[in-house]
Amino acid sequence: MSEIAIQAPTKEMTVTDDVMINMIGVHKWYGEFHVLKDINLTVHKGERIVICGPSGSGKSTMIRCINRLEEHQQGQIIVEGTELTGDLKHVEQIRKEVGMVFQHFNLFPHLSILDNLTLAPIWVRKMPKKEAEEVAMNLLERVKIPEQAKKYPGQLSGGQQQRVAIARSLCMNPKVMLFDEPTSALDPEMIKEVLDVMVELAEEGMTMMCVTHEMGFAKTVANRVIFMDEGQIIEENEPNEFFNNPQNDRTKLFLSQILSH
Amino acid sequence: MAQGVSNSNRPAKPPIWNDPVYRALFFQFLVLGGVIALGAYLISNTLDNLARQGIASGFGFLDTTAGFSILMSLIDYSEENTYGRAFFVGLFNTLLVAGIGIFFATIFGFLVGVARLSSNWLLAKMATVYIETLRNIPLLLQIFFWYFGVLRNLPAPRDSAMVMESFFLNNRGLYSPRPVFEDGFALISWAFVAAIVIIIFMAKWAHKRQEKTGQQFHTVYASIGIIIGLPSIAAVIAGFPMSWNYPELTGFNFTGGIVVIPELVSLALALSLYTATFIAEIVRSGIMAVSHGQTEASYALGIKPGVTLRKVVIPQALRVIIPPLTSQYLNLTKNSSLAAAIAYPDLVLVFGGIVLNQTGQAIEVLSITMAVYLTISLLISAFMNWYNNKMALVER
Repeated sequence: MSEIAIQAPTKEMTVTDDVMINMIGVHKWYGEFHVLKDINLTVHKGERIVICGPSGSGKSTMIRCINRLEEHQQGQIIVEGTELTGDLKHVEQIRKEVGMVFQHFNLFPHLSILDNLTLAPIWVRKMPKKEAEEVAMNLLERVKIPEQAKKYPGQLSGGQQQRVAIARSLCMNPKVMLFDEPTSALDPEMIKEVLDVMVELAEEGMTMMCVTHEMGFAKTVANRVIFMDEGQIIEENEPNEFFNNPQNDRTKLFLSQILSH
Repeated sequence: MAQGVSNSNRPAKPPIWNDPVYRALFFQFLVLGGVIALGAYLISNTLDNLARQGIASGFGFLDTTAGFSILMSLIDYSEENTYGRAFFVGLFNTLLVAGIGIFFATIFGFLVGVARLSSNWLLAKMATVYIETLRNIPLLLQIFFWYFGVLRNLPAPRDSAMVMESFFLNNRGLYSPRPVFEDGFALISWAFVAAIVIIIFMAKWAHKRQEKTGQQFHTVYASIGIIIGLPSIAAVIAGFPMSWNYPELTGFNFTGGIVVIPELVSLALALSLYTATFIAEIVRSGIMAVSHGQTEASYALGIKPGVTLRKVVIPQALRVIIPPLTSQYLNLTKNSSLAAAIAYPDLVLVFGGIVLNQTGQAIEVLSITMAVYLTISLLISAFMNWYNNKMALVER
């Protein structure tokens, strides 16, 4: 995988002791297939975690459990003190506070960019339309595409669409952002513009969990890198140690494969 | 400016008989000439034949007295009226059954389509069985089933099924009381109109208020309240200026009241139930065509399932649903001409059947009838295309 130069974060990023996400002994099955095996993970406020691993290792499934796009069948997931159960009230409460960015953007193609951004604030936060539009325009400035506000998703490039998707999540003013391979569907030249936005977000102290194979991003931004294989967390370390001194054989093999070319 | 240059750079023109533009034009003129010649021959031949048989062509027959009665008419009609008026009776009957059919087929089709996607096993399977059974039985048989199999087997007028001494169901139809409007009823009508105007303004106000303050308003409940409440108050003020004309058994049949004839019921039932199966499948495919990622993205933003369906899934499903839905509306309208099989007095039976037989004006009658169906279909098409353009996606 080619590495892309990313500006090193300028500000000092702080991690607090407040627990944001707590996963305790989480298991999940797809029928007979055991996707997640005893996942234990604590994410603190302000922490930026990169999750990597071969495909089918359960990375996406794990972060999709955090806002219950997938249901876990055993164990506990607690987000900001609220436990995820079948209770729809809890699920909705958590989804309001947890933003998610998808590999394929999933923008609403029938709505303009501005309407994509204001839909959730208006219907979930009950925000007046004018205020929602002001918030949306501010965020579009932040992701550097305010001039596209009146256009439709189909008229934008992949990189622009993904930045809109990030802005759309930020409109809900989330406390955590989950990224599910946000750059995997992009052309190389567009990857950087998306990563830059993510780095900026990290500098501002956003708690982030990111499934990605962008090792450059992991090195510069992450506090912790997690390696998953066959539904388990195999190795977990701060980026320098993780890349220079991997402990597990499986991790070594994976790193040699993705960094070799 | 650079025309001279580009012209000289172009390859030499092919000979005129090899130039695609001229060749295309030549063949089109050839075909057009052929069509005109054929048309002229057919018309002159027909006129010759008509003249030989002593049939006068033209539309004058529309003004002559019809002399036959029609089982059901929405406008005043009797045997002394003209063929022209009989035409309108048939036309309105066709429009009535097509309108009823489209209305119920759409509602039922949407419900069944959504039901088939339900996670409730029983509901989904029932919807499947309904769709697979009714769409695979010929429509004519279904019309016969409802007419001969069900409604004609109801008791005779003497033994009618009765509800509250005012509704009677028998093999001649469903009889119900007819409202008779007296002086002062205008007040209620005006109250009704006022209620509609108020609701329109209220909806606008609610929309504005949500934009301004973010608060949502239960427009639907308030609307129901206003539309029932206002006319009721008006009725009280005017002292109930309305009475009912009850159907009564006189001799062998009922007189008075409103009657819904079994022919109309069976035709409307068969048309809506049959077309609803197709609409259900169209709705199902439309909803399934919206990628699951759309729902996930909406849920991930904390948007509730109901709002997700209304604001994200259905607007996208509609653009897939509308074009085939238009075809179903057109099919239903044209299929309503099967009315002739059970003697429901629609346009084809009244005009294309009785009037044609009595006058012998085959060409005039059939061309009018065909022109009517063509016009109705084109109007439906035009409306649906307009709606489709409104819903279409902007891309690039």
